[in-house]
Amino acid sequence: MIAFWVLAPIMVLAALGILFARKAVHAALLLAVVMISLSILYLVQDAPFLFVVQIIVYTGAILMLFLFVLMLVGVDAADSVVETIPGQRVMAVLLGLAFGGVLTLGVAQVSVQAAGLAEANAGGNIEGLAGLLFSSYVFAFQATAALLITAALGAMVLAHRERLTPKLGQAELAAQRMRDYAEHGKHPGPLPAPGVYARHNSVDTPALLPDGSISELSISRVLAARGVIGSASDAADIDRVTRQIGRGADADDDVHASHEGEGADGPAEGHDGTDGGRSWT
Amino acid sequence: MSDGLSVFGQDPVWLILVKALLVFGILVLLTLFNIWFERRLVARMQHRIGPNVNGPFGLLQSLADGVKLALKEDIVPKAADRLVYVLAPIIAVIPAFLTFAVIPFGPVVDVPFTDIQSPLQLTDMPVAVLYVLAIASVGIYGIVLGGWSSGSTYSLLGGLRSSAQMISYEVAMGLALIGVFLYAGSISTSEIVAAQERLWFGLILLPSFVIYMIAMVGETNRAPFDLPEAEGELVGGFHTEYSSLKFALFFLAEYINMATVSALATTLFLGGWRAPWPLSIWEGANEGYWPILWFMIKVIGFICFFIWLRGTLPRMRYDQFMDFGWKRLIPIALAWIVAVAVIRMISLDAGFDRRYLFAAIGVVAVLFLLMLFIGEEEDEGDEVLSDEPFDAFAGGYPVPPMPGQKPTTTRATEETD
Repeated sequence: MIAFWVLAPIMVLAALGILFARKAVHAALLLAVVMISLSILYLVQDAPFLFVVQIIVYTGAILMLFLFVLMLVGVDAADSVVETIPGQRVMAVLLGLAFGGVLTLGVAQVSVQAAGLAEANAGGNIEGLAGLLFSSYVFAFQATAALLITAALGAMVLAHRERLTPKLGQAELAAQRMRDYAEHGKHPGPLPAPGVYARHNSVDTPALLPDGSISELSISRVLAARGVIGSASDAADIDRVTRQIGRGADADDDVHASHEGEGADGPAEGHDGTDGGRSWT
Repeated sequence: MSDGLSVFGQDPVWLILVKALLVFGILVLLTLFNIWFERRLVARMQHRIGPNVNGPFGLLQSLADGVKLALKEDIVPKAADRLVYVLAPIIAVIPAFLTFAVIPFGPVVDVPFTDIQSPLQLTDMPVAVLYVLAIASVGIYGIVLGGWSSGSTYSLLGGLRSSAQMISYEVAMGLALIGVFLYAGSISTSEIVAAQERLWFGLILLPSFVIYMIAMVGETNRAPFDLPEAEGELVGGFHTEYSSLKFALFFLAEYINMATVSALATTLFLGGWRAPWPLSIWEGANEGYWPILWFMIKVIGFICFFIWLRGTLPRMRYDQFMDFGWKRLIPIALAWIVAVAVIRMISLDAGFDRRYLFAAIGVVAVLFLLMLFIGEEEDEGDEVLSDEPFDAFAGGYPVPPMPGQKPTTTRATEETD
């Protein structure tokens, strides 16, 4: 009874949290709280096997799959609140209230008396369950197993894709690379890595070729498309950092002078200059 | 069943608290020892010395490292989901401690300074081994959520890899345990130890033992299966963004999990706290507090095995690793369970000469293993090719090949580009 009064408020709060949580992952987590609390209630009521099965199957497997999908698909953005079915909300509230009413009435009719629990667990909880499953309910058990296997096979068939081209192994890929080199002059080796410098080593920093120009191959196409490529060596960049550190006024002036001298060189430096100004003010 | 478990649940509250505290202390100390032990042993394998400055044999090195780790700056990334980010290491570490509650350290002993008798085990239940599996699957949440909440792609990929790996290898692990359940006739840890009085299950059920050992390495994310933290691909995997005490908790959880699977392997396959053969001739070896020593020796033996693997084998590729789990380990485990059930049935029901039976089963098992390991290469070589080459794109729209037809490389160059 103590366990019930400790767990029941937690479960109710978590269940309400599922409804009102903004992020789908938070809702899934709260659902896990409800499930684990439920399993502990099973344990308290002398059903240890149900306790572990509840955790292994629901919390460990099914909810984990939910989480996988949520994380990979990224259903993080707040859901759209536009009603696609007219009158959906009114219907939902009405049906919810009706269901709650029926449930309350139904539960109120039942007198909660655990009958025959000691007798059922006499030979041990697991032994008792096994005895029932493999004698009286063996047909239902087998039918469920067949259903589950069919579902698993169905999932595999749905996810299966016929291979239309042969699978290329390492040898074929190497030959392909050399063929590309012979025919199109494509470089057979790996792409150059992004630049590594004293103050920049992130992937958006292009590598420099021996003549000082930028190697286009060293930066990701995605970053280039987003236009977030940084520059490897930039006087304005140095200027900005010195300003942020807040060196003496003299040094600041010196750098300013040098910056203004180079300012007309290119748009990139002008951009960085304005950036620095913003962070200063 | 009710007889075996009746010694549990009789302890006074103070004794339960003392036991829980002792389990906690043993686990923390074991973790500190294991970190030092791993560094020393790997160093020895690589012709180095390893940490030997702080304390006797450098034993205090991991304590110093732990203090340093805890005092580091705690960083929460801007993109992190704050609540889940803080919660994840806690979710990872609590289940790791919880599982040790059902591990038996020894038989029923007299508690010193009192006249109480109590088993050297916090508690036991009819479903103790399944409880370990269940709690372990809760521990995976910590890793998944840590990976997701960091707001970094590396972490997310590491977390997903880790959970996919642990879920896959949990299946093989569970299947390996079924053989033990069949032979012991129980799922409670203390009764499984009692059932191994004459012969260890590791010897009777050798294939189960091997499958369990492979699965336990996959389950704990240890080399050669440490793909979730493959530093060449994922920086640090799920804990890339973690620092300070939160990282220390993940670290602690990993080492405790290692101790847990080792303790479970000891309990299920190596006779638990029972003294190994030459020692078991001595009558008092299985009484009093001696069994704790045998138990710890066996557990550290398993930890040694973990470290040996790490020092020897290179990391596997992720797809190979998953293929191995699903296409090799699980089918072998399933076939072995069928074999075990048949042996059990025959030896229980009919008086059959066991030796012939074991020989027959052995031959079948070896043939089956050979089929699994050789089968694939033969498939690729022996496939009957139809005469005309098959081009999936011949009609302008891709069509699947008929049975026996092999796709040609007509459009392969465009596909790979």
